[in-house]
This record gives sequence, structure tokens and C-alpha cells, in this order.
Amino acid sequence: MSFWEYVRTTHQQLLTDAYQHASVVFQCMVVATALGVLIGVTTYRSAWAGNVATTAGSMLLTIPSLAMIGLLIPLVGLGVPPTVIALTLYGLLPVVRNAIVGLRGVDPALTEAARGIGMSRLARLLRVELPLAWPPILTGIRVSTQMLMGIAAIAAYASGPGLGNEIFRGIASLGSANALNQVLAGTVGIIILALLFDAAYVLIGRLTISRGIRA
Amino acid sequence: MPDAPPASPPPAASPGDGDGSAAGRRSDSHGATIELEALTKRYPGSGAPAVDNVNMEIRAGETVIFVGPSGCGKSTTLKMINRLIEPSGGRIRIGGEDVTDIDPVRLRRKVGYAIQSSGLFPHMTVAQNIGLVPRMTGWRKTRIKERVEEMLDLVGLDPGEFLGRYPRQLSGGQQQRVGVARALAADPPVLLMDEPFGAVDPITRDHLQDELIRLQQELHKTIVFVTHDFDEAIKLGDRIAVLRERSHIAQFDTPEAILTNPADDFVSGFVGAGAALKRLNLSRVRDVEITDIPTVTVDTPLQQIFNSLRASGTSEILLLDRNHRPYKWLRRGDLMRAKGSLARAGTLVTDTVTRDATLRDALEAVLTDSSGRAAVTGRRGEYIGVVDMETLMNSVHELLEEDRLEALEHQHDLETTRSAQTHAEQEGGDAGGRKA
Ligand SMILES: Nc1ncnc2c1ncn2[C@@H]1O[C@H](COP(=O)(O)OP(=O)(O)OP(=O)(O)O)[C@@H](O)[C@H]1O
Ligand SMILES: [Mg+2]
Repeated sequence: MSFWEYVRTTHQQLLTDAYQHASVVFQCMVVATALGVLIGVTTYRSAWAGNVATTAGSMLLTIPSLAMIGLLIPLVGLGVPPTVIALTLYGLLPVVRNAIVGLRGVDPALTEAARGIGMSRLARLLRVELPLAWPPILTGIRVSTQMLMGIAAIAAYASGPGLGNEIFRGIASLGSANALNQVLAGTVGIIILALLFDAAYVLIGRLTISRGIRA
Repeated sequence: MPDAPPASPPPAASPGDGDGSAAGRRSDSHGATIELEALTKRYPGSGAPAVDNVNMEIRAGETVIFVGPSGCGKSTTLKMINRLIEPSGGRIRIGGEDVTDIDPVRLRRKVGYAIQSSGLFPHMTVAQNIGLVPRMTGWRKTRIKERVEEMLDLVGLDPGEFLGRYPRQLSGGQQQRVGVARALAADPPVLLMDEPFGAVDPITRDHLQDELIRLQQELHKTIVFVTHDFDEAIKLGDRIAVLRERSHIAQFDTPEAILTNPADDFVSGFVGAGAALKRLNLSRVRDVEITDIPTVTVDTPLQQIFNSLRASGTSEILLLDRNHRPYKWLRRGDLMRAKGSLARAGTLVTDTVTRDATLRDALEAVLTDSSGRAAVTGRRGEYIGVVDMETLMNSVHELLEEDRLEALEHQHDLETTRSAQTHAEQEGGDAGGRKA
């Protein structure tokens, strides 16, 4: 069976897997973004806390994804929970790091001006610092998403959802007629999803980054 | 030149943030007094204080300039007034209210703040930047919109053109104007400015200074302005505080007094060479005698020109164009050579001054004009009279003499009050009410 024939006959299954893949990555990114920005906001003002947050994030990232999921299974069981936890943790670092860099990069003259005209701490954060730090944060989110696309495939190992199932099935039956097609379909599917997400981020950037600071 | 501080300061209006005040007027709150009492700042980790025991009273509606060498503590002193830098000691009172311990956000809402790099938020449009403080204080949308347009108008920018622009689409001078508009948007009685015109080219700076003077004549805010440019200080200040290291006040007086009677070598060093020349910046052509000279227009017949020149007894006559604007200087010799037509005769008037020009500008014009005098013109460029070297010299001598007498009198007054004070203190033996 050729690759195209394979795709045509199994497109129902492939679409379901792709949808679940996209869905889990999206949801984990939402959580990772919220958490990451929160961590960034609470730590960027202290050199010490900021560095701790970034270092902890980097260390998390060095744990091989397979090992991370393997370690999570005895704690939270199989299926969706270990997948979501692992993806969220991996997704944190780029967001946290870029949030800290972005917030620290805001011109001190601007924060002083904001204080000088009588903005409260919260108003400064919401109306001045975060909007100015938003472009690097969005870049962080983009990088995270790309990374999670690949890592999410490993989740199939813990019976998680997504296109990883396709790949793992292929690997398990290497030598059989459709093994290669399965691996290929999963991989191509992930690449297409990654490109679609990236396009979406470009659009989000257009809509959310002020024209005054857009490159 | 800024007017002298009002003899009786306008009452410090209550700095109400409320929505009830009449819209449409540019300023509802005139300036408020600022009192600094033993104000001190000690930065952590440094031995000597950066600002040491500053005592100063600034009248309502007055423009006070802090000048001094770099690092002497001008910015630190200024920023303690709105507590961007928290004082280590001393008190600050604005409009009589002790603001040393109130919520800093509440304090800053009634103290406008403009800085060197304009401090505009790049992600907000001009309208959003200016409307920020009114919006935070809960003004209605329509009122904010009105106010924003009014403020742009005030600083000389066309609202239609600039409302929707982002700061990066503005020139440096325009950014600075918007910065001032933002600082004034919520109509604060006090305006603090830290080298606001430090980063623009000299010509734009000159314009912005003129604008600020005009604006202040309209608004009567209490302005505290930091600069290290003494000429700027002379131009803008009702009074100038010359600061030396640790913000010690070397002299706090009117520009005239500082120029003619510097308190010590430090001040005269700072005033720099040419105090008399700088004094020329403080007076306008309208303050000196404008003389009249014989004039003729381009339509006057040649023979009549001859006659008026002879009758006037001067060697020169001013030819005006059809709009009555100075056109050419004609000398006797020019007329001899004219041979029936004035087209080629005489020398063109290159430089004229208005009655609002400073004496320095007038001197410049007199020196460059070939006739050794400068024509004074009205609003539409029409001839009013002339100033010449002699008039200028006499006026400057007079001015300097007046200044000197005034300064002496002032000094005398100070000494009398001081000795009266000491006397009273010795008599009463109770210094409890006085500040240490
Ligand atoms: N955050 C700070 N920590 C420690 N020292 C400071 C701090 N800010 C200012 N200083 C010191 O306080 C002194 C006064 O500084 P300030 O900024 O008030 O000077 P300035 O008169 O405004 O100078 P300039 O004309 O250069 O702006 C300087 O010696 C400076 O080094
Ligand atoms: Mg300074």
C-alpha cells in the first residue's frame, strides 16, 4: 500500500489523533503560559529569584521526555494526566525565561514615568510592563509550542492521546507492510500541525502587539 | 521672559480629581505652594547624603529652576517632591498639606511629571498616553476625549493629525510636547520637569522653551524645572536655585539678582562669563526706547525723498515697501547715484526685530545690519521704529544699575529680618516653634 492509500483509508483515525494532539498541546500551552507569565511576574524584579526560576526550568528541560513520563506514571497513572503534566512542565521554561527577559528589558525611564504619573503597581504591570514585554513572551510561547508538538508524541508511550500513537504502532510493528506508512503519517501530521500553530501565532501577534512597538 | 511672580499668589485650588469641575477651561487649578523642610536623602551604602538638609519655599504659580553641576543632587531633590525617591528625612508640603507620608499614588496624581526622554509609552497612541491619568482617575470617556484634544492644542499640535499616532511616529520635539501634555492632562497644580528639553536640538529647545513660557502665562502652575543649562534657567525661571554638591543651596533668587550679584565664587563660576550679555536675555525691545526715523515708501517721488532726507538732518532714511515693511536703507550718496530710479540704490534691510524680541536678539540685529541699527516691526512686519547701539548700551547700563540697587536693598532686607529674628529668639528664649 502506498503512503497516500494508507492515508486515505485511515484518515478518520488520523484526523482524530491529530485533533487530540493539537488539543492537548493547546491546552497545555494555555496552562504553561498562564503559569509561566505568573512565575515571570513574581520573580523578575529580584535577580536571585529570576535566576532560580530560569535555572529550575532549564533543569526540567534536560530530563529526557520518556524518563519524565516514565517517572510520572507511578504517581498519576496512565493516559491523559502524565501527558498533561509533562507537557506543561516542558512548556514552562521558554515562557518563563522570555517573560523575565521581556519584563526586565522594559526601559527603566518608562517604568519611572509610569510611577511618576501616578500609576499603581498593578496598573504599571498590566498597562505598561506586560504589553511591552508581550512580543518576547509570545516568541517564548511559540518556541514552547514547537517543542511540545514533538514531545507530545512521546505521550503515546503512557497511553496518552495524539499522533504519537500512530508512530508507536509503526515502531512496534517494524517490518510489517504499513509500519513505515504509520511512522510517516504520524510525523508528517505533527509537522503540519506545527506549521498551522505557527501561522496562528503570527496572526495572534498581528492582533495583539501594538502597532507602536511592532517591528 | 516670564512675568514676575504674582504679587499675591493665586489661591491654591483644591486639587480635586472629581468629575464635577467645568470642562472646557484649560486649567481649573492654579499652582500650589511647595515647602521643603530639612529634606535629606541618604542612598543605602553611600556615606555622605546625596541631598543634605534642603529648605526651600516655592510660591504658588512660580517657576523655580534648579541648576547645578552634574551629580549635585538636582534630580534627587526633584524626585523627592513626588516621592519617586523616598526622602530619608525631612518634610514635604504641597499647598499646605504634608504629603511626606500620604499614599504616593495619590500624591503623584496632583503632581505632573515630565522627563528628558519624554517617557511616552511606545505601545500607546498619543491620545492614549495623554488620556492615561484622566482615565485612571475615572473621568468619563467624552470628557477625556475633549481634554486630550484641548491638551494637544495647548502644546501646539493639531489634534486631527496627532491623536492616533504612536510615539515613534513623532519627532523628538513633538514627543516632548506630548510628554508635557500628558503631565498636564489631569490639571495638577504642580509640574515637575527633569531636563525635559535636554535631548532635543538647540533650535527645537528654544521653541519648546518659548512654548513653556506661553503655557505658563496661561496656566500659572507651580513648576519646578531641573536643568544644567544656565541660559535655560535665566530664560524660564522666576527664581533660580543654584545648587552645589549635596544640593546645598548656593543662591536662590531671581535671575536678575543672580546675574548682577552672585552670592559667591561658586555661583559666579556657574553663571559663567558674560553675565551682562546674559542680562540682555531678560529684557525685551518693548522695555527700551524705540526711536523714530524718517521713512519714505517706494511710491514716494525721488525729489520728495531728497527733500525729506535734507529736512531730517540725518544721513540715512528708511525706505518702506507697499505694506509698510522696512525694505532698504538709503544714504545721501545712494540717492546721488540713483539716477532717477531706486531699483538699484541703497542696502536691503536684512534683519528686523519685533517688540517681543530680547535685547540680545536686538543687539545681534544691530551688529549685523549695515546701518548699525535695527528696524523694529509689528505683528505683520510693519515698521514701528528703530533701536540703535546707543539706546541699547544706555538701557543695559540702566538695567544693571537698577539690578544692583535692588540686590543691595534685598540684601539689606534679608539682614534686617535675620537680625530681627535672632533678636526675637534671644528675647523669647523659646526656640521651640522654630525648625532646628
Ligand atoms: N540610586 C542611587 N543610588 C546611589 N546613589 C545615587 C543614586 N542615584 C543618584 N545617586 C547619587 O546621588 C548624587 C546625586 O544624583 P542626582 O541624580 O540627583 O544628580 P543630578 O544633579 O540630577 O545630576 P545630573 O545633572 O547628572 O542629572 C550623585 O552623586 C549620584 O551618584
Ligand atoms: Mg539629573
